[in-house]
Amino acid sequence: MSDEIFLLPDVGEGLVEAEIVAWKVKEGDVVTLNQPLVDIETAKATVELPSPYAGVVLKLHGNVGDVMEVHKPLITFDVGGDASAPASAAPASAAPSTPSAPDPEAPTGAGREAVLVGYGVANEDGLATRTHRRKGSPPVSPPAPIAQTTRPGLAPRSTPPVRLYAKQHGLDLATLTGSGRDGLITRRDVEQALKPDSTPRPASTPVTGPTTTSHFVGRDIESWSTGPKEERIPVKGVLRSMSEAMVQSAFSAPHAAVWVRVDATRTVELLAGLKKHPNLANVRLSPLTIVALALCDAARHFPGLNSSFDAANSEVIVRRSVNLGIAADTPRGLIVPNIKGADELDLVGMATALNVLVDKARNGTTTPNEMIGTTLTITNVGPFGVDAAMPILPPGTGAILAVGQIAKSPWVIDDEIVVRHVVELALAFDHRQIDGAMASRVLSHVGAYLGDPATAMIAG
Amino acid sequence: MIDEELVQLLSPEGERVEHPEYQSTLSGDEIFGLYRDMAIIRRLCNESTSLQRQGQLALWAPIQGQEAAQIGAGRAMAPTDFSFPTYREHGIAWCRGIPPENMLRLFRAVSNGGWDPQKYRHSVPTIVLGNQALHAVGYAMGIQRDGAEEAAITFFGDGASSQGDTLEAFVWAASFNAPIVFFCQNNQWGISTPSSLQSKVPLYRRAEGFGFPGVRVDGNDVLAVYEVTKRALESARVGGGPTLIEAYTYRMGAHTTSDDPTRYRIDAEVEVWKHRDPVERVKALLAREYEIKSSAFDEVGAEADVMALKLREDVLAMSRPDPITMFDNAYATEHPLVEEGRREMIELGISAGSH
Repeated sequence: MSDEIFLLPDVGEGLVEAEIVAWKVKEGDVVTLNQPLVDIETAKATVELPSPYAGVVLKLHGNVGDVMEVHKPLITFDVGGDASAPASAAPASAAPSTPSAPDPEAPTGAGREAVLVGYGVANEDGLATRTHRRKGSPPVSPPAPIAQTTRPGLAPRSTPPVRLYAKQHGLDLATLTGSGRDGLITRRDVEQALKPDSTPRPASTPVTGPTTTSHFVGRDIESWSTGPKEERIPVKGVLRSMSEAMVQSAFSAPHAAVWVRVDATRTVELLAGLKKHPNLANVRLSPLTIVALALCDAARHFPGLNSSFDAANSEVIVRRSVNLGIAADTPRGLIVPNIKGADELDLVGMATALNVLVDKARNGTTTPNEMIGTTLTITNVGPFGVDAAMPILPPGTGAILAVGQIAKSPWVIDDEIVVRHVVELALAFDHRQIDGAMASRVLSHVGAYLGDPATAMIAG
Repeated sequence: MIDEELVQLLSPEGERVEHPEYQSTLSGDEIFGLYRDMAIIRRLCNESTSLQRQGQLALWAPIQGQEAAQIGAGRAMAPTDFSFPTYREHGIAWCRGIPPENMLRLFRAVSNGGWDPQKYRHSVPTIVLGNQALHAVGYAMGIQRDGAEEAAITFFGDGASSQGDTLEAFVWAASFNAPIVFFCQNNQWGISTPSSLQSKVPLYRRAEGFGFPGVRVDGNDVLAVYEVTKRALESARVGGGPTLIEAYTYRMGAHTTSDDPTRYRIDAEVEVWKHRDPVERVKALLAREYEIKSSAFDEVGAEADVMALKLREDVLAMSRPDPITMFDNAYATEHPLVEEGRREMIELGISAGSH
C-alpha cells in the first residue's frame, strides 16, 4: 500500500487559498483518474478538481466551508502498490516545476493579489509579476523591530533579487520606503535598513489607530496607521458596475422619496410564530420576507409602481410581472440580483427564493442572468442598525424601497404610550412617471401590510 | 447573426451545403482523418485542463469549440509553409507533428517555447497579443526575397485583431503583397469583451480597407475551413498576396483556466453553440454518407485515451530546468542587460550558474 497526498493546487496563477464548496467523494471511496473530487471556490472562480490518482480516498483534510491553503494537503489517497497505476507516476508533491513545497515561513496572502485572468499576479501598481516561493530558502528570522505592519493585498514594489536579498536577511520590505523610481525599493534601501539605527528616538509616540483592515469597495483596505497616506483604487469589476449604474440613474431619473414609520409588531409576532412551524424548519424567515411580499402586493394593487421610463421611445413601460431586486452587500461589493416572477410567490416560496439569492450573493456564485431585468428593488439597511435611507434607483426601474431597522419604540395607541416594534420605510421613485400621491399610496399600502400581515395575506 | 457571405460546406446537422465558389475536394478517408485529428486534440486538451486543476500546469488555454478551425487550417498547410501561432493553437501544433507533451512545456513553465520552430516550421506560442502577425509578415517578406513558393500563415483571435501589431502587419503585408494568410479565429469573446464591441463591421471586411481580400468561413465546419485556407495559401504562394480569413467560431470553455466565463456571458448563448459542435457534424456526415460504423469512432476514442495517459506520464516526468537557463535564448547574441541579470542571479545563489 502506498499513500499519496494531493496538495491543493493554485488553479489560478497566484491564489493563496480556496474554500471547499462541495465534496463529491467521501473517505473510503474508490476513485478513477480524473474523477471529479471536489468543488472549490477561489477569488476567481468556482472550479471542480479532477482526481490526479486512481485509488481509494483515505482522508479528506477539510470540511465544506473550510478555507484551505494552497499547497497544503487536501486529500490523502491509497494508490495501492501497483507501480503501473498510471497516475501514481509522480505525486503532485514531488512535481519539480510547481512551487509546491509548503514554505512555512513564506507570507501567505500578503503581497499576492489574485488576478481574474491574464498572466500573473497584480501587485500594487497593477504590474504583473510572478513570485514563486522556492524550496530550500533559508529560514527567515523574525521581522526587524521597526514598525509592525501588515500589508494585506499590497506588496511593496521591488525586484525579485532585492526581495530575496531582504528575505535572506529577515527584513520585511513592507517596512521600507523605496528611493528608486516610482518608489521602487532598491538593494541600497535594503542595505541602508540593515545598518544599525543610530538616530535618537523621540520621547513621544505619534497617535495611531487600529491596525486591522477594513472593507471598502469590495476589497480589504489597509488600516489608517499602516496604509499609505493616499491610496488609489482602480474602478473596475463590481465597483465599476455600481458607480456607472448610480451615475446613469441619478442623472437621468429625477428622484423623489416619501417616508413612513410603521408599527410592525404583528409582523415580528407572525415571524416568531411561523419559525416554530415544522413545515418551515428548513427555511430562514426574516422581516425581509414579509417586506418582499408586501411590496409585490403593492405592485399588484398599483401596477404603475412596476414601471420604467423609456425616454428614447417616449413611452412608459408597465410590467405586470415583478423581478424583485435585492441589494446585497457581498465580499465583492454591492450587487443587485433579482427574483424572477416574485409576484407569484407565496410566503414559503418567497422565503426560499430569498435564501437562495442571499446564499449565492454571499458565495459569489450569482450569475449575470440573475442580475439583469430587475423591475422593483428592496434595499434592507436595517441589519446595519440604521433607521432609514434615501436610495438611488437601479437604472431602468421605477421605484426602490428602503427598509430600516425594526426597533422597539414608544408608540401611541388610543392616546396611550406603548412599546411597539417600529420600522421606518422610504420609497424612492422616478418622478417622471410616478408622482408623490401615488408613491404615498403605495407606501401606505406596504405599511398597512406590515402592520397586519396575516390579514393582508388572506386579502390577497 | 451569421453573415450570408459565410462560407459553409457542412451544416451543423452534418449535411452538405452547396457553395458557388468552394467545393469540398476531400475523400471519405481524408474526412475521417480530420475527424480523428479533432477528436484526439479535444481529448488531449481536456487532459491538459485536468493537469492544470491538479497543480501540474500553471495555466492552460482550452480550444474546445475551435477544433475545426484549427484542424482545417493546419491540414491545409503544405509542409514548407510556416505558421505563427498564439498560445491557443494546439490543433495547429498537432497538425505540424509537434509531440503533444511539447505543447505543455510552456504551460508547465519548464521552457520558453517547447519545440524547434525550424524543424516543424511552426513558431513558438506568442503570448503578446497580435505580435506574431508582425513576425509572420517579416517571414513572408523573406520568402519573397528567397523567391520560394511558400507561404506564411499567422493565427490570432478577435481580441488580437484590435491590436496595433495586427493592423500594422496588415499594412505591411498589403504594401509588399507578402505571401501570407491572416487566420483570425473569431471565437466571439476577447476574454470578457464581446467581439461585437471590438469591431463594428464583420471582421473579415476589415481586409478591404487594407487592400486585400477577406473571407468569412464557418469556423466550426472543418471542410469549409480546409478549402478556404488551402485556396488562400495557394494564392499567396504564387504571388496573389495576403488574405484575411475570419473563422467564425466559439470558445466553448474558459479563456484560460484562470477565467470564469459564467461571470460575463449567459448560458443561452453557450447552448446555441453546442448545437454547432464542429466534431459532431463531421461524425454525422461520416456515419451517413460513408457508412462509418460507431466502432470506428470508438477506436479513435480509445486511441485518444491512450495518448492522454501518455501525455500525463510525459508531463509528470519533465525535469525542472536550472532557472539560469531562462536567459539563454532571450537574444541570439550576447546582450549586456541579460548578462547583468544572469550575473546577479548567480551572485544571489538562485542558481549555481552552470550555464
